[in-house]
Amino acid sequence: MILDILLTVSFWAAAIRIATPLIFGVLGALVCEKAGVLNLGIEGIMTVGAMAGWLAVYSGCDLWTGVLIAALSGAAFGLLLSFFTVTLGLSQHVSGLGLTLLATSGAYFTYRVILPNQSTPPRITPFQPLDIPVLSDLPVIGPILFSQTALTLLAFVLVGLLTWIYARTPLGLALKAVGENPAAVEAQGLSVAWLRTGAVVAGSALMAIGGAFLTMSAFDAFFFEMVAGRGWICIALTVFASWQPGKALLAAILFGAFDAFQVRLQQVAGGVVPGQVFLMLPYLLSILALVIWSRQASAPKALMMPYLRGQR
Amino acid sequence: MLRLETRTAPARWLSFAVPVFAALLALLLAAIPLLSAGVSPLQAYRVMLSGAFGSQFAATEVVARATPLILTGLAAAVAFRARLFNIGAEGQLYAGALAAVAVGSGLIDGPAVLMIPLVCLAGALAGAALMLGPTLMKVKLGADEVVTTLLLNFVVALFVQMMIEGPMKDPMSMGWPQSEPILSSAVLPNLIERTRVHAGLIIAVGAALLAEIVMRRTVLGFRIRAVGHNPAAARFAGMSVTRTMLVVGALSGALAGLAGVGEVAGLKGYLTNDLSPGYGYAGIVVAMLAGLSPLGVIASALFVAAVFVGADSMSRALTVSSYIANLIVALSLLSVLLSSVLLRFRLRWEGKPA
Repeated sequence: MILDILLTVSFWAAAIRIATPLIFGVLGALVCEKAGVLNLGIEGIMTVGAMAGWLAVYSGCDLWTGVLIAALSGAAFGLLLSFFTVTLGLSQHVSGLGLTLLATSGAYFTYRVILPNQSTPPRITPFQPLDIPVLSDLPVIGPILFSQTALTLLAFVLVGLLTWIYARTPLGLALKAVGENPAAVEAQGLSVAWLRTGAVVAGSALMAIGGAFLTMSAFDAFFFEMVAGRGWICIALTVFASWQPGKALLAAILFGAFDAFQVRLQQVAGGVVPGQVFLMLPYLLSILALVIWSRQASAPKALMMPYLRGQR
Repeated sequence: MLRLETRTAPARWLSFAVPVFAALLALLLAAIPLLSAGVSPLQAYRVMLSGAFGSQFAATEVVARATPLILTGLAAAVAFRARLFNIGAEGQLYAGALAAVAVGSGLIDGPAVLMIPLVCLAGALAGAALMLGPTLMKVKLGADEVVTTLLLNFVVALFVQMMIEGPMKDPMSMGWPQSEPILSSAVLPNLIERTRVHAGLIIAVGAALLAEIVMRRTVLGFRIRAVGHNPAAARFAGMSVTRTMLVVGALSGALAGLAGVGEVAGLKGYLTNDLSPGYGYAGIVVAMLAGLSPLGVIASALFVAAVFVGADSMSRALTVSSYIANLIVALSLLSVLLSSVLLRFRLRWEGKPA
């Protein structure tokens, strides 16, 4: 019976769909953490991205402008976080949580200001599944990979791009080094503060696109609490992926497969076991992943260590 | 000329000035969203102030809302002192409420002198047990407790939903997902008639006093501060960091669990899945505003409660979304972080160099 589920094309297509916001989120978290900043604003930034992207399209922008606006709002919150954690060197845990509280309540407040008495959330026309000639018609991988929406393909492209940046470019090397040994980066004449700020801003933009996927591709409207812990799951998956873009893709897809499996199992066994048990599984799995891999994972050495020039 | 210089020891008056400054800064910053919603901030704050303190009933409502906030604030304050970032107070609050209902809604019955301590104990134990897991995962396996406690909040919310729709559902509730009511012998009595102030307030204030004494005057308090300040040095001095962490985790979880007991046994009478409007998360802000001082938590809990109560009446009067309260609370946290920078530096006036 389990094999019956695992061997269907629709199951893997669902797994990739569920994985997409997580791919963006994990990549965003990874970019920040590799540079030495734990971005616990992720949950709020994803909420802002979901709201801003949806709002832009609802008020008449086209879909890609919506994605851009989502990314820019995420980047703005990233800039605020880097002011607290990089410029002032304050606690990354508390600043991040503060940012999540601010971004989440800000998004909800804005939504309510614009739509004061709306009971059913207004819908937009979301991204449609792609129909690429030849590729989408391939057996098995056609429907799984090439009949997703454009944002899913963008996520895959970004995995490749980030892998290349970190492995092959001076910029990637600097962005990694600043999270391992910031003093050495400073000695090279590079600015630790600028590199870290840039990483947090870019990473936050990626997180916000992950949020935007929810309102602009997975669903077609904005709901309160729709991010539902995906940000925290991404932080856990980043550890599981040992801060590597390729493994981040794998982690997100494995998680997506598990979630899709859980949904299908619920349909089969729903009468016997309460639905909440299945809904708990993704969160428990994330905790398990964190527990198993935290010890052996090679975290960036200067993660959560503020670097203020002229101080040790 | 003016010069910034690092303070070696923060001045005493600053530890009072900083939270006040932070609260004012938060209110100032919240004027931006208010203006963008087309509301005059001055009028908004006037309505808020009279909504929170304008009548005797309003003031008691602030006290009633502050009760769980004192306990979740203490939960965060005690844990953060040891650098144990317990962000799971929301889940621990629900675990406490669930345990109180499990024990106090018919499983056993007795006189109130027996039942009230029993439901409190059950709630505290449930909260403590829930926090022990993440604490162990942190000290033994290095798993970030922020992420594990946050994720557990979602698990607990689903578990509560499952229980009040399933085994603990009240058959008399006309289909609403809610637990059976707490027996009258286990209800925390009202302190002031015709208000919502209940005996949970005594527990909360008592806990704050006790926490202040423990943190300042006992070996345990010293250990907690030492472990938070420099775990390596604490270990070198012969302290067991693991054991201290576990004690702190249990204490912190128990405090949050008691907040849940108060809400369910003092106010609502039965458990629903909207028992707490985020008291667990607001507790973090309460603790930070108080500079992690247990007695300060009482004052900052009253402030945050006043923001919530005031924003409720403001949103009714001016039709502004009550999410403004959450915005002000979030801004307070960031403001207090920002103001903490002030503690590190001072301005010094120097004559022209010769």
